[in-house]
This record gives sequence, C-alpha cells and structure tokens, in this order.
Amino acid sequence: MAQNEHPGDELEMPDASRRHFLKQSSALAALALAPTAAVKAVDTGWDQKIAAAFEQLPLQVTINGTVQNVSIEPRVTLLDLLREQLHLTGTKKGCDHGQCGACTVHVDGQRVNACLTLAMTTEGSNVTTIEGLATNDHGATARLHPMQEAFIKHDGFQCGYCTPGQIMSAVACIREGHADSPEEVREYMSGNICRCGAYANIVEAIMEVKQGGKKV
Amino acid sequence: MNPFQFTRATTPKAAISAITKESGTYFLAGGTNLIDLMKREVIIPERLVDINKLPLATIEKTASGLRIGAMAKNSAVADHELVKKHFPLLSMALNAGASAQLRNMATVGGNLMQRTRCSYFYDTSMPCNKRGPVQAGPDKGKPNGPSGCGAIGGFNRMHAIFGSSSKCIAVHPSDMCIALAALDATVNVSGPKGDRRIPFSEFHRLPGELPQKDNTLLPGELILSVDLPTNRFADHSHYLKIRDRASYAFALVSVGVGLDMKGGMIQDVRLAMGGVAHKPWRLFEAEQFLKGKEATEVNFKQAAALAMKDAKGYGENDFKLTLAPNSIIDALKTATKTA
Repeated sequence: MAQNEHPGDELEMPDASRRHFLKQSSALAALALAPTAAVKAVDTGWDQKIAAAFEQLPLQVTINGTVQNVSIEPRVTLLDLLREQLHLTGTKKGCDHGQCGACTVHVDGQRVNACLTLAMTTEGSNVTTIEGLATNDHGATARLHPMQEAFIKHDGFQCGYCTPGQIMSAVACIREGHADSPEEVREYMSGNICRCGAYANIVEAIMEVKQGGKKV
Repeated sequence: MNPFQFTRATTPKAAISAITKESGTYFLAGGTNLIDLMKREVIIPERLVDINKLPLATIEKTASGLRIGAMAKNSAVADHELVKKHFPLLSMALNAGASAQLRNMATVGGNLMQRTRCSYFYDTSMPCNKRGPVQAGPDKGKPNGPSGCGAIGGFNRMHAIFGSSSKCIAVHPSDMCIALAALDATVNVSGPKGDRRIPFSEFHRLPGELPQKDNTLLPGELILSVDLPTNRFADHSHYLKIRDRASYAFALVSVGVGLDMKGGMIQDVRLAMGGVAHKPWRLFEAEQFLKGKEATEVNFKQAAALAMKDAKGYGENDFKLTLAPNSIIDALKTATKTA
C-alpha cells in the first residue's frame, strides 16, 4: 500500500466546504433564535431541509445495466434511492430494518438488504433489481426469468408484497450453490419472510428451477 | 435518520486519522447493525467514515494458521475452502447467524463491533446504561434516554446468566465471535499510537460499572484482521444454537465445541458459549476438567456442572440455567461423533 504523507489525499471528503458553510449558517441561525426555538426548528425538520439542500453528494451507480448519475443525501439508503428517486418500485419496503427481506436486490451479484445499504456505499457498483431480471422486456422476444415463471406456476405468493425480494433471493440462492435440497433452500431463504405463508410453494418453485438445470 | 457528514477512506491510515479528528465519528463497514441503530436513533453520528474500499478483505494462510481480513464478508469466510477444512467451527457459527443477505453485507470487523440486541438498549424511551450520551445534533452530550437497567426486573428472557453487573445484563449477540473465542483468535488493530495484537478473550469486556464500553479498543483504533492459530479440532467441531425459530434468530443459548480426540480420549478441548454473557463466554474450567479424560456422558455432565457454577438467573431467563448445561452436553456428544 502506498504511504501518503497527506492523509487528506486518501480521504474523499465530498463537499466539505459546503458542510463548513452549513455549520456556520446553522451557528448563525442558532444565534438569531432563542435556544428553544432553534431546537424546535430542528424538530420540525427546518434544519434538516437546509441540510438536504447543502448535503447532496454525487453518486454513480449502474442499475439494471443503466449508468445512473444522481445527487443524494448521504443518509439515503439504496432502497429509498431505487423507489423514491429512480421510481423502481418493484423493490419493496417491508420492515426497513433488515428483518424481512422484501428489499432484497443484487449488488455486484450478491444478494443484500437494500434498506440497510447506504446508497453512497454502492459507488461504482452494479445493482440488479426485480425490474432487471427479465430479458428483452420491451421486445417481441420478451420473457420472464425462469424463477419468475416458476413462482407463477407454483403459486409462490398470495398478496405478492414479499415476492420481488423472494425471487431476487431465490436466484442468488441457486447461483451461490445453496439449493441442493428443500432443507437447504429453507435455511438459505430464511432471510425472506412471507406473511401469507406461501413457503411450501416457494420451495417447490426454487427446487424446480434448480433441477431444471437452466442457467439462472 | 439524522443527517451526518459522509467521507470515504481508501487507506487504513486515512480512516484512523479521520476518526481521530472529530468526536462523534464512526467507521461504516457492512452497516447491518450501525444503519439499523441510526434509524432507531440509538446511535446518532456526526460523521461516518466509509471503510468499504479499504484493501482488508483477504483470507490467507500464514505460518501459524490463517489470517482473515477485517473487511472480509461473513459469507466469504463461511464458504472459504481453508475455513471449511481447517476451522469448520467458524464456518458453522457464521452460517448459524443472521440471513444469507446479511452475511453478504456483514464484515468480520463489524461482527466484532456489533451491539447487543437487548430491547431496552434499542428503545430510547426505556432505561438503559449502555446507550451513553448523544453524539451529535442539538442534544449532543445529553443522555440518550433514561439511565438504569430496564432488563433487571423487566423482560429479561434473552439476557445474561454469567458475568453481569447491577448496571447491565445484556448479552453479546454474535455467533461468529463464539467460534473465534473457542479457537483462540487474535485481533490485529491499528490506531493513532500504532499497531497492536489483542487476544480474543481480552477484546470484549464484561459490563461492570461501564456497560457503554463493549470492548477494549482505544479511541481511533481500527480492526485490520483476525488471526487463527492452527489446531487439531477440525474433525470434531460443532456449533449448537438454540433459538426461538429454526433459522434467522438470535441465540437463547449457543455452544461452540472443538475436540482433539484420540480413540475415546479427549486430548484437548475448546468450549465457548453465546447468549449467556456480555462477551463470548469461554468455559475454561470445563475445558481443564475434560482434558485427558474419556469422552463419556458422565464426564460431559460433570464438565457442564463446572461450567454452570457461577450462573445466575434474573427471572424470565431462569430456563437458561437448565438449557445451558444440557446444550453443553449435547454439543459435546455431537462433536465426539462428527469426523
């Protein structure tokens, strides 16, 4: 590893000067207001709105094959970036705490919980969502991914809310080599909760795709 | 989530210098625990230093064993051929933790740093001595919620039976760390005052009077890697995890065992438990007792009784006083058989 005498060169500080300005402006605002009013302003989101205006950082990330250049607050999760800014609403927000798996997407081929991933940490990555799974989705040869077809055939859902996460997780489960038996599938799919209880059909769908031997 | 400043470090040196400069700064690795805690405002950082680009994810053979980089993902470690072959206990413990998605995100260093899942710690309207002061924003320096221990005399089904204090009875949540404790790991860290090696048993601490402190890291220190010494436990290792559902739940009680067997005799043994203390709980006395003895149920029962000598229940978790020794015996029996 190259030793650098100026650690600042190895530390990317996006928009540090604007942050500095924000701090100064916050201090000025605090002076102009009575302390309780200043605290109240923060509580009502006033200061956060200023923060939002100043704390936009640039991010480049490839989503379903398309390079996206966006400007986001550092606290935006990958899940909120997908849904709120890019309007890819196939990825669902369930618990928002990494407990249900509804937000499962692939980052550089690995399944992850988008709700616990800060979008800023995906700089330069390739993200695949449920919208990116089918092939040629605008052409005459458009077809669903084998896992999507299997979920339909085996009725692997009821309300459908967990389904995008289940399917993204299921595809990864086979690619990882963790779908050799129904028992193994159940263990390696335990991060995806289905409140309707379609588990038996989900396992059948995954086993069929696995045993069908098609490339997923 | 509260706003914070975001920086990205590309060398350990830069990361350490960034965290030393400003208070309320946290390293961000996999984020599976920190982002969750930030959403619940249990932790409110002033600044995050993203360390995901640090070149610390290598898993490599060393002269004395194996070195696992701090940024190696849990899934990468669990599926690594050298880990599966020579340290199967670590692989088993990792796969018993969290979900496949979380294991793809969570790092080895982050796993060591994860906080308790005590529900009082997580709820800032409830008393807790562990949360400490608010780190950023208008309430900086003020206590983050009421002090005291809500779990003592409260809902304490998940809580500690060993090493607790009147200030805190929370447990360390990690499965991976139980294996690392049993396997005599060493943690390599780097900080503003240089590098040092911390034996695993000295990395995490008991709550005592300072439950805010989970470990013995000094301010600004960054975990670089974990070393595992070569051992003879690979043929007789087992990780037993008892939980409320079959998968994806924290341990009520877990036991990590490594046996070095010759015939029916135990040449050497390592035993550690999870879900029972503020730190990964090594069963030194039970190990000492079993060394050189026959692998029989009678001996396993005596070892378990020795391990439970100082155990103390808090009401709702009294069942652990029976579950823990039974789990020790069960894990030892299974480890005897595996080959």
